[in-house]
Amino acid sequence: MGRDFRLVLQQIKYQNRIFWRTPVGAFFTLVFPLMFLLLFTAIFGNDEIEELGVTTAQFYAPALAVFGAASATYTNLGITTAIARDLGILKKVRGTPLPPWIYVVGRVGSAVWLALLAGGLMMSVGVIFFNVEIIGRTFLAALISFLLGAGAFAALGLMLAALVPSGDAAPAVANATLLPIAFISDVFIVNANPPAWIEFVGNLFPLKHFVAAFGDAFNPGLTGSGFSWSAGPGEYAIGAHLAVIAVWGVGGAILALRFFTWEPRGGENSRRGRSRVSGN
Amino acid sequence: MSRPVSADTINAMSAIAVTGLEKFYGDLAAVGGIDLTVAEGEVLALVGPNGAGKSTTVEILEGHRRRTRGSVEVLGFDPETGGRSFRERIGIVLQQTALEPELEVAEILATYAAIYPKSLPVDEVVEIVGLQEKRRARVKTLSGGQQRRLELALGIIGDPDMIFLDEPTTGFDPSARRQAWSLIDNLRQLGKTILLTTHYMDEAQNLADRVAVIAGGVIVAEGTPAAIGGRAEGEARIRFRVGGGVTGEDLPPVARAGLDESDGQVTLETSTPTEALSEITSWALERGLELEGLTVERPTLEDIYLRLTGGGGDG
Repeated sequence: MGRDFRLVLQQIKYQNRIFWRTPVGAFFTLVFPLMFLLLFTAIFGNDEIEELGVTTAQFYAPALAVFGAASATYTNLGITTAIARDLGILKKVRGTPLPPWIYVVGRVGSAVWLALLAGGLMMSVGVIFFNVEIIGRTFLAALISFLLGAGAFAALGLMLAALVPSGDAAPAVANATLLPIAFISDVFIVNANPPAWIEFVGNLFPLKHFVAAFGDAFNPGLTGSGFSWSAGPGEYAIGAHLAVIAVWGVGGAILALRFFTWEPRGGENSRRGRSRVSGN
Repeated sequence: MSRPVSADTINAMSAIAVTGLEKFYGDLAAVGGIDLTVAEGEVLALVGPNGAGKSTTVEILEGHRRRTRGSVEVLGFDPETGGRSFRERIGIVLQQTALEPELEVAEILATYAAIYPKSLPVDEVVEIVGLQEKRRARVKTLSGGQQRRLELALGIIGDPDMIFLDEPTTGFDPSARRQAWSLIDNLRQLGKTILLTTHYMDEAQNLADRVAVIAGGVIVAEGTPAAIGGRAEGEARIRFRVGGGVTGEDLPPVARAGLDESDGQVTLETSTPTEALSEITSWALERGLELEGLTVERPTLEDIYLRLTGGGGDG
């Protein structure tokens, strides 16, 4: 068991190293959300937003921290896993004694760790440069929400990898699903009274609940520690939000398990094709 | 190169024992009943055209694919259920190069080494495959041949007893192939059992103790590279030229039918080449003739292979 635990840690480090050496992923996960924070505070100033009763940065820093977490898990994990599969890396790993669960936990663990890093970086920049206030009373609920959200989005990332036809298609599918949903999930646009159908559709997807469960912890106008099922007026509550996130996470995990393959897609054919060209 | 082993000891110390192996995709039989035994420490080359069932067979032995019927034992394990302890004792080098481009040679090797209970030291493996100077180089800076050598290094890092090599030199230039061959020969010296697939008959000839030819999902011939397909006993071809004016009647009886009178070329095929040559050379010596272009040829492994797999083109 001790040996397996060491292997898990080693696999996480291995995946982290790949992440840091791949500038595209690191940029979109760490730098891109920060650019939005700078942009929004520059455009709107950092005064109180009347509709919400908090400053621009106090609202956007946690929302964009969640967006960074979704990039690290759903987008980045989904894309890199699909590409590794098409390169034949997953098949090769499957031929070694490394238990498959350790490989998957290594990938997911790395993605969640990087999500934490992206979130921590965002909140630190908010606190240091934009007077974002951290509230001790809600900190634990915020952290739990963040970890659960990152875990659920990692499951959805593996689902994405399992469902896309090829690694080439993965970035397009990831962005075409995450970005529109982000726009109706209070990540980029603040609107306290959106059209009812936008509100309804947004509530179906997990991102809005992720943003609310984490972001409301940074709203000084709300009361409570967050550990209750459903929010009364002016109260912070994560229970119902986390339930929606968990349902999506479990659903993603089930689909991932059902459709995940270790072999390159169309592998048999493409491999035969290749060897026919080079073999004779 | 061959090490003859009696039938009893083969069973006692076989690394691979396959009987009645079948693999169906729907109604299509990719493998139609294969029996195969590989002794410990033996190098077996599995050759055959694309789609003959070669890859499917090897992937079943590696545990990558499930079989439809038959019994398969590799190092005493059923590859389907052998799991971790089975994989700790085998090394697989797939045909497709699959490496993380941004990582360094030694980083990848160290991570794979940790997966095995009794791995070889990274530096030793780096030296075996001749990548000492590239220890700290990123994969993306390696040439194609160097990347293949890193794949081979990953295949042996766990100090396996049995190594699967799937077309290890496809796409190599001739000098890279020679290097790879000597590498594989080193592994043989270490006593590893090796199953390799290849398209190249010279590769099978050079590396293998035994060759199995697979076609249409079954093994159509099996034997040492020197003797497979009746190669050792088969007809030898004797060729030489005689000067102008020599007619059929002048030649010794064994060679008469082989003369082409237009250019003096004599070609004959015989199952008793020693006797035939003796007659021909005695005849020439009596007359003080030098036989121009005298050659004796056995069918090459390639000839045998093409005959066994139904000839030519598509291969």
